[in-house]
Amino acid sequence: MENTAPQLFKITFDGIEIEVPPGTTIMQAARQLGPHYAPPAMCYYEPLKGTGGKCRACLVKVTAGSAKDPRPMPKLVPSCITTVQDGMVVENTTNESVLETRRGIVEFLLINHPLDCPVCDQAGECHLQDFAFEHGRVTTRYEEERRTFEKQDIGPYVQLHMTRCILCYRCVFTADQITNKRVHGVMNRGDHAEISTYIEKAIDNDFSGNVIDVCPVGALTDKTYRFKSRVWFSKPVEAHCDCEKCSGNVTLWYRGDEVIRVTARKNEWGEVKEFICNTCRFERKKTSDWTIEGPTKISRHSVIMANKYRADVKKPAFGLKVAEAQYKQIDDSRPYITDGTTIRELSKENNAKANQRSLAENN
Amino acid sequence: MAVKILTEHINVPGINTFDVYRKMGGYAAVEKALKKMTPEEIVEEVKKSGVRGRGGAGFPMGMKWSFLAKPEGVPRYLVCNADESEPGTFKDHFLMREIPHLLIEGMIVSSFALGANKSFIYVRGELMYVIQILEKAIAEAKAAGFLGKNILGSSYDLELVVQPGGGAYICGEETALLESLEGKRGNPRNKPPFPAVKGLYQSPTVVNNVESIANTPWIVNNGGDAYASLGVGRSTGTKLISASGHINKPGVYEIPLGITVEDFIYADEWCGGIRPGHHLKAVIAGGSSVPILPANLILNLANGDKRLMTYESLSDGGFATGTMLGSGGFIAMDETSCVVRNTWTFARFYHHESCGQCSPCREGTGWMDKVLERIEHGKGNMHDIDLLVDVAKKIEGNTICPLGDAAAWPVASAIRHFRDEFEWHVKHPQEATQPGAVYRGAMELV
Ligand SMILES: Cc1cc2nc3c(=O)[nH]c(=O)nc-3n(C[C@H](O)[C@H](O)[C@H](O)COP(=O)(O)O)c2cc1C
Ligand code: SF4
Ligand code: SF4
Ligand code: FES
Repeated sequence: MENTAPQLFKITFDGIEIEVPPGTTIMQAARQLGPHYAPPAMCYYEPLKGTGGKCRACLVKVTAGSAKDPRPMPKLVPSCITTVQDGMVVENTTNESVLETRRGIVEFLLINHPLDCPVCDQAGECHLQDFAFEHGRVTTRYEEERRTFEKQDIGPYVQLHMTRCILCYRCVFTADQITNKRVHGVMNRGDHAEISTYIEKAIDNDFSGNVIDVCPVGALTDKTYRFKSRVWFSKPVEAHCDCEKCSGNVTLWYRGDEVIRVTARKNEWGEVKEFICNTCRFERKKTSDWTIEGPTKISRHSVIMANKYRADVKKPAFGLKVAEAQYKQIDDSRPYITDGTTIRELSKENNAKANQRSLAENN
Repeated sequence: MAVKILTEHINVPGINTFDVYRKMGGYAAVEKALKKMTPEEIVEEVKKSGVRGRGGAGFPMGMKWSFLAKPEGVPRYLVCNADESEPGTFKDHFLMREIPHLLIEGMIVSSFALGANKSFIYVRGELMYVIQILEKAIAEAKAAGFLGKNILGSSYDLELVVQPGGGAYICGEETALLESLEGKRGNPRNKPPFPAVKGLYQSPTVVNNVESIANTPWIVNNGGDAYASLGVGRSTGTKLISASGHINKPGVYEIPLGITVEDFIYADEWCGGIRPGHHLKAVIAGGSSVPILPANLILNLANGDKRLMTYESLSDGGFATGTMLGSGGFIAMDETSCVVRNTWTFARFYHHESCGQCSPCREGTGWMDKVLERIEHGKGNMHDIDLLVDVAKKIEGNTICPLGDAAAWPVASAIRHFRDEFEWHVKHPQEATQPGAVYRGAMELV
């Protein structure tokens, strides 16, 4: 009798053995091991067919192709589009050439990227920031001029900052697969290639806003949210509504009592779970439009967590003991000065002293 | 005189017309193939011939043909790559212009061998007049019954379509070509799947260079063994070389694979030597993408033997002391050529032609272009030279298609073999930026 149970392929990823069904990509297999293991992905986006293979952030070393043919693959391969073979051995963070190449990819993606994070709406939830922080160098070797583009409004809701684009093509696939009328794509070649609408045509269809969510950087931004806040000042909550166009499952971003932004819900890889319609995204900005489900789960390491949802911090017992042993009474006998004029006088005096000191040092 | 497979009749007046071509024995291969041979037999002969792809990679043609998937009920396609845009390469252009029926005849026997009923010739868009020549040739062949339905009374049908490209170098990469042919943006595809399994319109497809296909009529007429008896080792047959630069007789030459590089440059039968009063400094042997070699290394192997015009001999020594035959674009440079300027010119080309899909090539080609521009204009630093080497290394092997490698190799090899010249540019910006200034330091000229 033939065995009807689905056959599984055994692969070794960074020394860990894992079994996955045939047809699984290296990336998908690694994601099963968790975020700590999965290679970074700047272009691959699981919900969109055909994405991946472009940014080369996810390159890994295959040291054995399969049990049948255990030769290593000559080049690094993109893990997001390379399917596993039985007995394949893959090295990601355990391979120095992979890490070195990845540093190179960060550098390539950054050389033409503006350093405008301080004014970019994406900052704090930008995949390029994360990628650079985790895999990049501290300094730049790029001394040339960066290529720039004019900002462009594509439709009433979306603004394109082409200068920030890393040409991952996610928005192009979104326009192709989610919206019913594709009007935007890539024009020109090389580092002068740009995302554009055909002859500056406005994007207008019910699902166009999703390009904002899939964009890993701040190249496509929500005009209704522009410069309203920083992401770490807002609180995400899950909410839903009865929508005739989409599932109505969204994340609301609050600042105080105000809904400042509506986005689709994302999984732990930053991928949209269900694409939402423009009405939900751009027009339902009152709490009364929604049924609130509860706070959105955000990774503890995300900057979005800053200053929010503080859990009761348990202090470890040994820490308390150390503190007790080292406790010293502070000498509290100095007078407290609370009078403004005195403080000003004192600080003037201190400043003068400091100036004299530094003059003396310089001479 | 050496055997000519492609250019034997090239000087016959009127060879570009059907009647003259036919009189000189043309289309005999179609008759033989369709009447006396099975497709499998033709594939077998091509395999035996050992002919390797002439588009640049040198992949054995018979082997490529035998990889073609043959699922039931799915059409198969043959696509001829006539996009020829590699700087220094102009042999396909020459062949199509002078003897268009040779390509048409080759397309017919190859399509028959592969079981394709609709085949395409994708011609670079700038060559509009060549497209007209091909279309005229196709019309003539059709009128004579060599194309269309029931060719020569066999039950074999073939339609030949000439498709102009849009003038992008990247559309010469076979998968970008297929995308372009489908009417899409010419972005190379990730491989696998290879075209032999999923090519044009997701159907099994063979992509071959003009010169590769033009070899097939001779192979059908004379047999694979006769072809394999020409040449040396795994470099069988003849090769068209586009010779340019500081030689006495630039042009397209059909050489028997296996002559020495020295012969090719200096013999009167070929390039006729370096122009009077000058000396050979460097050669780019296979089109702009392959590593540049200084005179002594292109003429001789590291062990002192003479280097031959073959795939193996030209790549002898790896990239440390060797290069590649590539597409056969042979550019000779004498001592008046500046390697820095030349390298920058190529870097500018690849920057301009990168499709921009993958980050190492999109960003790296622009970076190298800008750094080289600075060095050339006397604004370089010593650390720029190592930076170029590192950027080239980060691109190489990490991209979707080989354009990334093609952009990295010229830069890496120029610095490998001519580092002094780059350093001279950095150290003596005033001198180096004088019009026509060239490094004259320690360097072996031949
Ligand atoms: C950037 C790039 C440009 C290319 N341009 C051409 C070309 O113009 N003509 C050509 O025949 N092959 C070109 N090639 C090689 C093709 O991808 C392919 O290998 C070739 O057409 C296969 O034919 P062959 O096996 O007969 O050589 C190019 C490859 C690359 C990466
Ligand atoms: S605009 Fe954003 S989503 Fe679109 S290609 Fe650029 S980076 Fe990717
Ligand atoms: S290597 Fe360059 S030309 Fe080739 S796919 Fe990548 S970006 Fe495009
Ligand atoms: S995520 Fe794999 S290449 Fe971009």
